[in-house]
Amino acid sequence: MIPELGHFALILALVLSMVQAVVPLVGAQRNSAALMAVGRPAAQGQFFFILFSYVCLTWAFIQSDFSVQLAASNSHSETPLMYKITGVWGNHEGSLLLWAMSLSLWTVAVTVFSRHLPDAFLARVLGVLGLVSAGFISFTLVTSNPFERLLPGVAEGRDLNPLLQDPGMIIHPPLLYMGYVGFSVAFAFAIAALLSGRLDAAWARWSRPWTTVAWVFLTAGIAVGSGWAYYELGWGGWWFWDPVENASFMPWLLGTALMHSLAVTEKRGAFRSWTVLLAIGAFSLSLLGTFLVRSGVITSVHAFATDPKRGLYILALLVIVIGASLLLYAARANKLMGGGSFSLVSRETSLLANNVLLTVASASVLLGTLYPLFLDALNLGKISVGPPYFEAVFVPLMTPVVVLMMFGPFLRWKDDDLLAEVRRVAPIFVASVAIGVGSAWAVDHLTWRTVLGLSLAAWVVLASLRLLARRLGERAGAAAGSRLRSITASWWGMWLAHLGIGIFIIGVTMVGSLDRHLDVRMKEGQRAELAGYTFVFRGAVDADGPNYDAARGNIELVRDGRVLGVLDPEKRVYRAQGMPMTEAALDIGVFRDVYVSLGEQLEDGSWIVSLYYKPFISWIWAGCVLMGLGGIFAAADRRYRRLAARDAAAAVGGRVGAAA
Amino acid sequence: MKARSKRLMLVGGGVALLVAAVALVLSAFQQNLVFFHTPTEIAEGKAPVGKTFRVGGMVEDGSIQREADGVTVRFAITDTAKVIPVTYKGTLPDLFKEGKGAVVQGKLEGGVFHATEVLAKHDENYMPPEAAHAVEQAQKAATTLSQ
Repeated sequence: MIPELGHFALILALVLSMVQAVVPLVGAQRNSAALMAVGRPAAQGQFFFILFSYVCLTWAFIQSDFSVQLAASNSHSETPLMYKITGVWGNHEGSLLLWAMSLSLWTVAVTVFSRHLPDAFLARVLGVLGLVSAGFISFTLVTSNPFERLLPGVAEGRDLNPLLQDPGMIIHPPLLYMGYVGFSVAFAFAIAALLSGRLDAAWARWSRPWTTVAWVFLTAGIAVGSGWAYYELGWGGWWFWDPVENASFMPWLLGTALMHSLAVTEKRGAFRSWTVLLAIGAFSLSLLGTFLVRSGVITSVHAFATDPKRGLYILALLVIVIGASLLLYAARANKLMGGGSFSLVSRETSLLANNVLLTVASASVLLGTLYPLFLDALNLGKISVGPPYFEAVFVPLMTPVVVLMMFGPFLRWKDDDLLAEVRRVAPIFVASVAIGVGSAWAVDHLTWRTVLGLSLAAWVVLASLRLLARRLGERAGAAAGSRLRSITASWWGMWLAHLGIGIFIIGVTMVGSLDRHLDVRMKEGQRAELAGYTFVFRGAVDADGPNYDAARGNIELVRDGRVLGVLDPEKRVYRAQGMPMTEAALDIGVFRDVYVSLGEQLEDGSWIVSLYYKPFISWIWAGCVLMGLGGIFAAADRRYRRLAARDAAAAVGGRVGAAA
Repeated sequence: MKARSKRLMLVGGGVALLVAAVALVLSAFQQNLVFFHTPTEIAEGKAPVGKTFRVGGMVEDGSIQREADGVTVRFAITDTAKVIPVTYKGTLPDLFKEGKGAVVQGKLEGGVFHATEVLAKHDENYMPPEAAHAVEQAQKAATTLSQ
């Protein structure tokens, strides 16, 4: 009964999404306040029904109702409660419902924080979001109904994929989806602006906090996913350039470009058409990401053939979204011309250069991800594009991005004197290279990659400090406290996020250059040495969990004769599907992680043990945290609220004027 | 500088940047593609020697042997028609088993495939697409022969 209620609620949500899509758009076109006012309640009602539907599905998982197909294939009566709840989205159908729910949540947020928007503009935004929502809910209902019954029901479920039974997987998908789907708000704002023909600074200002918040979610989602891969997959890698990862990285790159482009459009009125294209692009890549991950084309293009309906539906959705928005863009392109002028040497130019580079980087990931799929689909042979390609592309593309990223903020808007600025930052630049060479030499790894990475990191850190000093110096004479307070939250955001990139680069460079790895066969009492650490194997004992059997190793970590701790990696076999799993054990530190995982047990009772030494790896995620914090600071800037209040007064004035 | 020549420089600079970036991407792409070959193709001498590529198929029953150090493994990959011996040093994936699908990446030297990477299934139902493809090809060839 409850699954049927959930199914019914989802149908109601679809109906409401269609109302939300059509009525406000018509209202905005006809300038009818009554029709436009429908958008808000329709969006909120839609959220209620999707939430209800989602709760019903979760209930079926919690109750182990294995007459629901989805629960039977992704849950088990012995699965811990937490993983019953997260099992809801650990599959195609449930994750689509999560997608629709995130979209609906974003839409409700728009209705709540939109008092300052003109009615017609809000109506168009809600209309566009309604269209996207209708597309996704109908996709879910028609091709991937999560409430499908399995009659007669089975006694026991097949359990959630053990890889997903992990705390990291509890928060990774919701964060990632909030990020993906958040770009639909930036997209809806861009389309609404195109529809109204008003692409001015106000539009960019309204859109900025939404884009930044979506970007923060996406950054966090990607970082958590990478952390999960690091400790869960059992061999210590943090990024694999796997198509599933690329699917989330592409919108991140374009979203980063969009955030910066929006800043220029708001402050200077320039790049208007470029900003619109980026908003369309970022959202299209989010849709493409959903398609890649959820259609099954990645595991095999032939998985596509087993259920072509799903893939085709989402592909059609993608074509409609991209096609319709580009058509609209072409029709309105003449209104996008002009804007603030700027000279060759200006902050605008440096931002534009980085925008182009980020877009090319995104396109290179797209090429590497899609090309093998195309060849395979056309039966032209099988190839794979691995990490070497992406590394060969990213190092040269990102080097100028990082250099410019720290140089740009020194430049003034509109026009600046290149020579004077270069002269000012040249000492920092030289010092950075010296630090890069020096520290690479100090860690005894004098390769060009290490030197480049450490120099770039030094450049980011030193230039950040210089930038802060300069900013504080602008109000020389004022008290230190008031000088600090005079810096806006969005400036701190920029500063923190850029600094985060520097920290990130340190992590990537150090772990890439200096990590150590040893696979060794160990018997009880045996020891192994790696990177100055001694590992003593104290045997393995049984350690069964609620839904798995496991052997737990006991390895002492010793350095300079002192026991630092005991590492207890596990080898598990999940009972429902007999699937083996490796649970690594980590000794986490600021400057290094020590990482141990169990391979297989050999006939004589000894184990294959993998030992890893990972210097500075936590700096990768520390950098991501700084980037995310930077985004939060930027989105929380008081300026947006102050200007929103002004716009709200204007909007109310407009309404009163119209009524009179 | 006149507005027009300024714009020309900006556009010209942008295009030059774009061309350089695209050239970089395409050359990196050319150099780093990893091709895939079936055991039958290797037996026919169609696979390159000394260059990295991938082989897929089933791990032959009874072929897994460990050397004395415990971490060097020898096994054989078959597409049901031909068999290729493989050596690998390191930890094998959890789902690597005899009689199941696997894909290995590495180089062919002296008739033995030296793998640097071994990929197995993600879960019980899923077979690596390249492995499935290799077996499919071999069986197709077999049916054509018997007809």
